[in-house]
Amino acid sequence: MAATETVMGKGEPLLRAAGITKRFGTFAANDAVDLDLHPAQIHALLGENGAGKSTLVKIIYGLLQPDAGELRWNGTPVVLSGPAQARALGIGVVFQHFSLFENLTVAENVALGLGPGETLAQVSVRLAEVSRAYGLPLDPAREVWQLSAGERQRIEIIRALMQNPKLLILDEPTAVLTPQEADLLFTVLRRLKDEGRAILYISHKLDEVKRLCDTATILRGGKKVATCDPRQESAGSLARLMVGGNIGDVAVAPHKPAGNPRLILNDVTLLPDDLHGVRLANVSLDVRGGEIFGIAGVAGNGQDELFSVLSGERFAQGEVDVVIDGAAVGHLAITQRRRLGAAFIPEDRLGHGTAPRMKLSDNALLTGHAAGGMVQRGFIVRDAMLATVDRATKVFDVRKARRDPEAVSLSGGNLQKFVVGREILREPGVLVVSQPTWGVDAGAAATIRQALVDLAARGSAVLVISQDLVELTEIADRVAVMFAGQLSQPMAAASASRETLGLLMGGAGMELSYAGA
Amino acid sequence: MLLELIVVSVIAASTPLLLAAAGELVTERAGVLNLGVEGMMIMGAACGFAGAYFTDSTLLGALCGIAAGAALAAMFAALTLGLAVNQVATRLALTIIGIGISGLIGAGFVGERITPAPHLALPGLSALPFVGSVLFGQDAFVYCSVLLILAIRWFLYRTRPGLVLRAVGDNHASAHALGYPVLRIRLLAVLFGGGCAGLAGAYLSLAYTPFFTAGMTAGRGWIALALVVFASWRPLRLVAGAYLFGAVTILQLHAQGAGMGITPQLMAALPYLATILVLVAISGTRRMAGSTAPASLGVPFVPDR
Repeated sequence: MAATETVMGKGEPLLRAAGITKRFGTFAANDAVDLDLHPAQIHALLGENGAGKSTLVKIIYGLLQPDAGELRWNGTPVVLSGPAQARALGIGVVFQHFSLFENLTVAENVALGLGPGETLAQVSVRLAEVSRAYGLPLDPAREVWQLSAGERQRIEIIRALMQNPKLLILDEPTAVLTPQEADLLFTVLRRLKDEGRAILYISHKLDEVKRLCDTATILRGGKKVATCDPRQESAGSLARLMVGGNIGDVAVAPHKPAGNPRLILNDVTLLPDDLHGVRLANVSLDVRGGEIFGIAGVAGNGQDELFSVLSGERFAQGEVDVVIDGAAVGHLAITQRRRLGAAFIPEDRLGHGTAPRMKLSDNALLTGHAAGGMVQRGFIVRDAMLATVDRATKVFDVRKARRDPEAVSLSGGNLQKFVVGREILREPGVLVVSQPTWGVDAGAAATIRQALVDLAARGSAVLVISQDLVELTEIADRVAVMFAGQLSQPMAAASASRETLGLLMGGAGMELSYAGA
Repeated sequence: MLLELIVVSVIAASTPLLLAAAGELVTERAGVLNLGVEGMMIMGAACGFAGAYFTDSTLLGALCGIAAGAALAAMFAALTLGLAVNQVATRLALTIIGIGISGLIGAGFVGERITPAPHLALPGLSALPFVGSVLFGQDAFVYCSVLLILAIRWFLYRTRPGLVLRAVGDNHASAHALGYPVLRIRLLAVLFGGGCAGLAGAYLSLAYTPFFTAGMTAGRGWIALALVVFASWRPLRLVAGAYLFGAVTILQLHAQGAGMGITPQLMAALPYLATILVLVAISGTRRMAGSTAPASLGVPFVPDR
């Protein structure tokens, strides 16, 4: 059968990338990469952050020009001078960071992705047709900033589909989706495959790739290391190809978090402070000593607001709304909360967690001045600051070119290790950390998770806000889900299923969980 | 008669603000913050006057003003779009240059007189009391400013190039990823803004006064900038803002003339106080109301290659 043939990768590829090389300065983001994409096939592009996946996609879409190598479309060599040309060939892309216009409507966004020749009214009609045909509901007249991440992705997919592409590229499409939204996406992708389209699916989530894809090409350090059938491989073997070694499991010692509550939120309600913010509604929780408390949820459901009310960047309405180790801190600023033994690690490590153009030692001072001997009689003590940098470097294996470089010069994973190390080395009694391993390679992620587990084992209360369900179920004792500014009842992480959490993340089970409480 | 006089002078005071702000609105909608409206206006005033002086034609003078404003805008574009220099610093520098050069160009014309811009005269209609002078007796600049606003509104919300321009201002990275020529669109928007500012300046020296003195724009370019924010980047609100500001300017003069017993310095500050109050009111309501500044406003775009 023809279908079997294409699945096996025989026949003429729709797109062949041969020997693609792209350098930025001396750094080779892509180094002689080969890739064949066939019709009616879902092809995975696997790799760690920085492996060169996005660079390759940009080259295929004409956004970057390769330094060497060539692209062949149906056997004919093509030079893509820009995305318009790629679209004309029949290539559509759904980007990882949405390429949408916040202040424009859905229909206007879609119209911008299509060529001229259709009026906005015609685009709206066709958009409604396509969205109905694929079961992806969308209101053409709404402005994008009002929409959820899942709805935004629908716009991108429908925009791509309305051009009737022969090749559809999706860059980390499930990163911002609930498990149920991801399942809906997979149904749509399988249908597109059955329609004979080629799909390039970029991800680092192995279980998804094994469920969905027919072929996988794995990149590491800009080079292609293998092309294989992911269904024939184990998650472990794929991970080894991606990382180039084994990843240690996090060792969780059996323990009973029986300490007193060290961090308490009492019925916190907080109005948003900007247009696109979320209102926190009656959020209550308590984290005991020795416990890791996980907060799951799709980004933009109030996690940022929750973090800022915990850290003191925003004050709570009542003084007793936030309690750290028995002290009512709702109206205390971040430095005063640090003096009580709390530490805070925000999601954005560059700009929020560190000042990018300042040295690591200065960044150590920025959070460390509250406690610890970095300031004496109003003067800073450089030796103490450098000692902190050295300890964080040693304990957390921070790789850097010099002893004390600027924060911006570190890679994402190494900077995150430094930021986490800087706070954990102060032995905080209460640690609040947001997206601890976001955008960090697997090795660094394992180090960071282990450090969080060890800190809790020493009696601290740890609150982890994360979008990564695997991470939360691995390290947390209890998990609650944040949706639209509300927090679900906490449940034991060991017994929380992916389905339950997913429903809560989509808001479906929110009423249920309150009714059951 | 007094009311008629007031309304006519309000229109005259509002028109240069409206012209300059209309151009800046388009520029900012494309994501470029051109703080140099004042400099482009004064260049337009000087060159417009010079053009009209030599050709004895208001139209050619106005075209000279537009060209002068656009030329200064082109300098700005070359530095900020081409070389990605900081937009704020560049614009402040070019404003000072504009004020200086315009003084140089205009030095020989100070005290000279030209034929003022002709006013519309429709038989019968223009002779009507009140309505005649207000609606049918204005000069071409006034009608031009109203048409310009309507045209901009139509362009931004009803045409595809207008949609693309708004998209570039909202998210230049996405617009680039979709294949739109971000820098070219911004260049055109900056030149349009410069032309409008030049026209506004030419209005001052050709119709409003009509003569040239150094520094005759007297801060109107800065007010035009504030008006764009005031109007939350919407063309029709810009008309309301410009006329409100023009009205306060004129009314305080009449109030002074009527001897209201308030220090003239305080009265002269009224328009500026009104602007600040309205801006505060807007920022208070905007949080809940939607429609904010173009998201890429003032952020340089550098495509990676």
